[in-house]
Amino acid sequence: MTAVGGRARAGTTAARRGTAWESWVIGAGIVLLVLYCLAPFWWMLVSSLKGPAEIASNRLWPEDPTLVNYRGVFGGQNDFGYAVRNSVVIAVATTASAMVIAVFSGYALARLRFRGRNLVLALVLACSMFPGVAIVTPLYQMFSDWGWIDQYQAMVVPNISFALPLAIFVLTTFFREMPWELEEAARVDGCGPIGAFFRVILPLAVPGVVTTGLLVFFAAWNEYLISSVVSITLASNPVTVALAKFAGDTEFQQPFGSQMAAGVVVTVPLVVLVLLFQRRIVSGLSAGGFR
Amino acid sequence: MTWRTWRRPRRRSAGPDGARPEPALATAPGAGGTAPARPAGAVGGSGERAAGAARPPAAPRGGRRRPATERGIERRLAFWLLAPTLGALALVVAYPVGSAVIRSLFDDPIGRDPVFVGIDNYLQALVGFDREDFWAAVGNTVFFTVVSVLLETAIGLVMALVMHRAFRGRGIVRAAVLLPWALPTAVSAVMWDWMLQPEGIVNALIGAEVVWGGSEWPAKWSIIAAEVWKTAPFVALLILAGLQTIPPHLYEAAALDGASAWRRFTSVTLPLVRPALVVAVLFRTLDALRMYDLPQILTGGANNTETLSILVVRTATGELKAGYGGALSTLTFLFVFLCAFLLIRAMGANVFAGFRAEGGR
Repeated sequence: MTAVGGRARAGTTAARRGTAWESWVIGAGIVLLVLYCLAPFWWMLVSSLKGPAEIASNRLWPEDPTLVNYRGVFGGQNDFGYAVRNSVVIAVATTASAMVIAVFSGYALARLRFRGRNLVLALVLACSMFPGVAIVTPLYQMFSDWGWIDQYQAMVVPNISFALPLAIFVLTTFFREMPWELEEAARVDGCGPIGAFFRVILPLAVPGVVTTGLLVFFAAWNEYLISSVVSITLASNPVTVALAKFAGDTEFQQPFGSQMAAGVVVTVPLVVLVLLFQRRIVSGLSAGGFR
Repeated sequence: MTWRTWRRPRRRSAGPDGARPEPALATAPGAGGTAPARPAGAVGGSGERAAGAARPPAAPRGGRRRPATERGIERRLAFWLLAPTLGALALVVAYPVGSAVIRSLFDDPIGRDPVFVGIDNYLQALVGFDREDFWAAVGNTVFFTVVSVLLETAIGLVMALVMHRAFRGRGIVRAAVLLPWALPTAVSAVMWDWMLQPEGIVNALIGAEVVWGGSEWPAKWSIIAAEVWKTAPFVALLILAGLQTIPPHLYEAAALDGASAWRRFTSVTLPLVRPALVVAVLFRTLDALRMYDLPQILTGGANNTETLSILVVRTATGELKAGYGGALSTLTFLFVFLCAFLLIRAMGANVFAGFRAEGGR
């Protein structure tokens, strides 16, 4: 008895002694963590604000901030405005179509009993492991035959297919936790199964749908491999492809100033979305993690 | 009454898959007693009412016993709900893969039609003329995957432990950790390219004169650094979700029993966070095996940093060898699936667990 009490007391003192030391370590860890994540972003921003004379210096802030790089991004031969427009169209179209399709499938997989359900799940999961390079050449040939090269649908359709497995997975997880008694109640009150779904379940599922939609949007905004093959001219290049093949406005070998400015332009919408929806995104990521 | 009780009431003989009888629930039609059977005609109506779903039907209230056809409706509904997904996956995954496999059995001539050559293209990659390129790409892919996943997991675990213990500034930390994950890999690659220039910030900070893009090992490590920077926070988030499911009283009990901090970590934290860890490692490994954007933009595959994905794209779309490229892409695809299979086996991750737990519900 005494031994146990003694040990417990020793434990508490050790814990108390630990707290000051520990909170210091945790605080330092947090600072390091934030620095680790954000320092490259800071450097991108700083570099984008340095003019040609200053860009080579490694000063941690711009001595003479200038927007010359941003003018180079949107003017001249780069015309990054087109790329931003292309990416917005592609990402929005992908998100909207993928979400409609995924809501249907997620509902069926979470809610209905039918034969072959596990087969469908296995297929969807197998597709999520799929290496994109395995299909890029046949896709290119197929899209050439259809005259789709340099068209938005050549990027939207593959993006939808790549987004579907994750979207269905996350949505199915969300749907399985819905209060389905409410749907039943609606049906008792005379709603059909589809009416009950649209009027009762879907409104309740909005948080899950928004979360999933965000993940799909990020994936579509970030896609590079397929776009780099099926989109050739600036007219259809999304931001990722346009940025990678940037031409400089100045004499530099590689126009890093403009590339950093374009990087900032691409990142700003993402920062806004992350700040607005961080909780949602995290819950979606962990729901996708097979819980 | 639960959903199941009203959905289930059907005659035993009703469904072909009635192999799982649920005695308590398999009530006879109309067994609810209060509800009159809805005429069979109303059933088809409720199924096809998709568009006009806003209006409740004029069917009698509570009329919801359509035993014989309920299953059929459910099956038909499931089919139509899944059709767009299956169609999209067939169009963009199944068909291209099939055509790549078929094309890989033909050669790549100039000026005549391709001829069937059997598995020659595969032999060329595995043991033939191009084996060095192929095996180098396999080696690089495996090296990048193993090293970056190990580093990501270790760094991610430390990050998650720190985030788990932080009480102030959680929102800021979460947003900061999400940003590298959200940044497009293409942008991240250009950004690291800039930071790793010979006169760049990284060399200035570490006080060295490394030409990162100039030789094999610096180039490889710069790819790993950029990869780990972007993905360790993602791993940390997955692990953090696992940490948050551990009940605090387990730590208190362990502390009461005199377990040291290290012992609490190895005996309480690690075993309980294992499922989240396994999932994170699985996700990351499958992603890293497909790595393309980052090495393609950062090094272009120079200095022996070519991954399998880069090799496939270079061969098939750069050199226009559709047959040999098809063989390479098929090998890549088999390789990724083999790795996934072995990994799932080795780590005992049950990827279906979430779905199977409650059967069809």
